Amino acid sequence: MVNGILAKKVGMTRVFREDGEAVPVTMLQAGPCVVVQRKTATTDGYDAAQLALVETRPLRHAPKAIQKHFAKVGAAPMRFVREVGFREGGEDTKPGDSVKVDQFQPKDLVNVIGVSKGRGFAGVIKRHHFRGGAASHGSMFHRAPGSIGASAYPSRVLKGMRAAGHMGVDRVTVRNLEVVQVDTEENLLLVKGAVPGPNGGYLIISKAK
Amino acid sequence: MNSLEKLVRKTPRKEIATFHPGDTVRVHVKIKEGDKERIQPFEGTVIARKHEGLNATFTVRKISFGQGVERIFPVHSPVIDRVDLVRRGSVRRSKLYYLRALRGKAARIREQT
Repeated sequence: MVNGILAKKVGMTRVFREDGEAVPVTMLQAGPCVVVQRKTATTDGYDAAQLALVETRPLRHAPKAIQKHFAKVGAAPMRFVREVGFREGGEDTKPGDSVKVDQFQPKDLVNVIGVSKGRGFAGVIKRHHFRGGAASHGSMFHRAPGSIGASAYPSRVLKGMRAAGHMGVDRVTVRNLEVVQVDTEENLLLVKGAVPGPNGGYLIISKAK
Repeated sequence: MNSLEKLVRKTPRKEIATFHPGDTVRVHVKIKEGDKERIQPFEGTVIARKHEGLNATFTVRKISFGQGVERIFPVHSPVIDRVDLVRRGSVRRSKLYYLRALRGKAARIREQT
């Protein structure tokens, strides 16, 4: 079996366990996915399955190369295509196979990969959790980074100094999130806690090692 | 309807949500003591309801030994065994936070006829 599935973030809510414990969960529209291509060690040098997330809204204006690529497995072109590896003994996956959310059970631990929300050009407080200065009482030091090094020696700023700059839109992996609920009819997955990216963002989910 | 709203519909807790702000209710709360479970009632006036899907809550206020006590209950929590409606109140706003500043006779709520 393929070790993973592609998903779309729906949003967060909370559910209750039977003893009344409230669990913060993120709802994910996980699959169904189609195996579009099979990468093998002989032809590509590694083993993987190329998955595409099936969505209700079709992809418009797909280039001809993409159209033909999907036509090989008889599927419409899709937006989100990623490669995932296999579990033990899952190498018999063929192009055209569908990958469903039923590979996960409640209490499984999963890793979720996504692209974090963009923060634009962010200062050091937001970007590196610097503390900043006092807002009032005559303080003239508010959100500036402070000293970035000595003067005459080394006469330059050391490389890797944390500074303001672009933040977000990074590939982020959140590891070991607990699966709380699996809905195989609606292809929904509830995982405990937050996942990267905005609602509607695309994600790769795989079983944690 | 998105998938989040569908999840709300699946939860079978509609019956406990048949009251409004101003009503007096008795909330039966399950309490775990060791491995035993018992039910404790909490009676008071509903002063607020928040409608946030599965996060929906309601606030019950009562005066206990001269001290105002408020408890916020999640509507969908299994900790709530049931909610009895004691009395329907007639109020003109949805959040009765003004009751906190009033006590005794001034904090009464007219019964809905």
